[in-house]
Amino acid sequence: MSESPEIAMAEEQALGMHRKSVLELRNVSIFYSEKKAVNDVSFNIRRNKITAIIGPSGCGKSTLLRCLNRMNDFVEGCRVDGELLFANENLYGKDVDPVEVRRRIGMVFQKPNPFPKSIYNNIAWGPLINGYKDSTDELVEKSLKQAALWEEVRDRLHDSALNLSGGQQQRLCIARALAMEPEVLLMDEPCSALDPISTARIEDLMFELKEKYTIVIVTHNMQQAARISDYTAFMEMGDLIEFNVTKRIFTRPAIKRTEEYVTGRFG
Amino acid sequence: MPLTTEQEHRNLVRRHRKARVFARFCAAVTWSGVLLLGVLLYQVSIDGFGWLDWQFLDSFPSRFPERAGIKSALVGTVWLIGLVAVISIPVGVSTALYLEEFAGKGRIAKVIEVNIANLAGVPSIVYGILGLAIFVRYLALERSLISGALTMSLLILPVIIIASREAIKTVPQGIRNAAYSLGATKWQTAWSHVLPASFPGIMTGVILALSRAIGETAPLIMIGALTFVAFLPEGPMDSFTALPIQIYNWVSRPQEEFHELAAAGIIILLAVLLIMNATAIYIRNKTERRLK
Repeated sequence: MSESPEIAMAEEQALGMHRKSVLELRNVSIFYSEKKAVNDVSFNIRRNKITAIIGPSGCGKSTLLRCLNRMNDFVEGCRVDGELLFANENLYGKDVDPVEVRRRIGMVFQKPNPFPKSIYNNIAWGPLINGYKDSTDELVEKSLKQAALWEEVRDRLHDSALNLSGGQQQRLCIARALAMEPEVLLMDEPCSALDPISTARIEDLMFELKEKYTIVIVTHNMQQAARISDYTAFMEMGDLIEFNVTKRIFTRPAIKRTEEYVTGRFG
Repeated sequence: MPLTTEQEHRNLVRRHRKARVFARFCAAVTWSGVLLLGVLLYQVSIDGFGWLDWQFLDSFPSRFPERAGIKSALVGTVWLIGLVAVISIPVGVSTALYLEEFAGKGRIAKVIEVNIANLAGVPSIVYGILGLAIFVRYLALERSLISGALTMSLLILPVIIIASREAIKTVPQGIRNAAYSLGATKWQTAWSHVLPASFPGIMTGVILALSRAIGETAPLIMIGALTFVAFLPEGPMDSFTALPIQIYNWVSRPQEEFHELAAAGIIILLAVLLIMNATAIYIRNKTERRLK
């Protein structure tokens, strides 16, 4: 498995991709109290690409995602070893403020979780508490447009966000995250609570978003990973089994176990 | 019965009968409580309504029943409850917020939790003794409104804290995650999202707690609220009386007329309680709607 990053690089060159990394994971291990949830994982997350993390339930993929913006800090007894480089700085360094990390690395969760406030305030709140001084009207419109929600809600910005459908709520959560203009957007199974049509809309949206943002998505759905991602990391039992460009993972994986998983023989 | 066999049918009938018996038992218990309350209210109204007039509301206590009134007790109670609310709500809600959102979940937190639950069960007279020792004597606040309010606040703090903690616990974790992932600090998350979302539940606890405070007599007697006050308190340092004290005083007199005055006092006390609760519930429902 240690050879997969090199394979990835060779593959990239063959495909003419540039390889600028936003996040670099170096020997990352994550523990819950004494239990090891993620074991010595290393790979790079490329700028303006979608990286998918796939694997069977309990393989540590969500745990890994949540440590990329230090949301794991709220889990009692969670400890992270190794280095997570973001802008050449270790996210878990002593003088790094997790609040600042989360401002720059946004997150969308599995279950849509809008604030029980108006659509407008859902989006304006994040920038406001972070000291945004200009008028938020423009920002709200821009964010909703980016999340392809503007046309549906422009006439009811001051209605409660809870009146939106599940798919709309999830796009609102994406808009809310985008309003912070994060460098990276983490998505933790963002479509698992949605119907196929809403899922398709969000997948389309992700394609548009990678022009500006770097996206890391955890998904249960292998077809989704194959459809939308540029890179795929396959994990099992806390280990990174294989990391490569998505095309390669789904057509000619280097490791047998990966092939068994992506062809649906287990998991 | 084409759907069930004889055996299954009998079984089903038995289960339905059991359900009916249980439902009737619950209804009977509920209605006997309501009935008892009704009898009590009826009795009080019969005795007291004749004495209810403007003169009763606007007069100080007197040894002549026809001149006696409830003015000083009513004003004292309003002062007392106002001060109790101002003291106990911020302290109680902040404590609950700290325990739920900021303090760790270790051993000390457990010890504190158990102790608060126990404090809620301590007899009110014990709080009275504590208030007498600390506020009246040690801090030399004398037998003033502020001594009474501080004592009463101690008494109801456990109720407010427990109810607020339960309300805060019901706020979905997703809301906190959403706020944190936008780069909010713990304080910003607690203030802007956790507190508003748990506000209706907190209000319920506050209503219960203040309702208890308004009717408590023992701690006030202990710290020495007066029973005969012919002036109105003008500040927190003044001595005072309160409705339950005045009622207690009238009930313990031998003359029949004073017993009827006590009944009238009870009606006033209930009215104050009702107004207070109605206002709180109105505010709660209004914020609840806004949240939905």
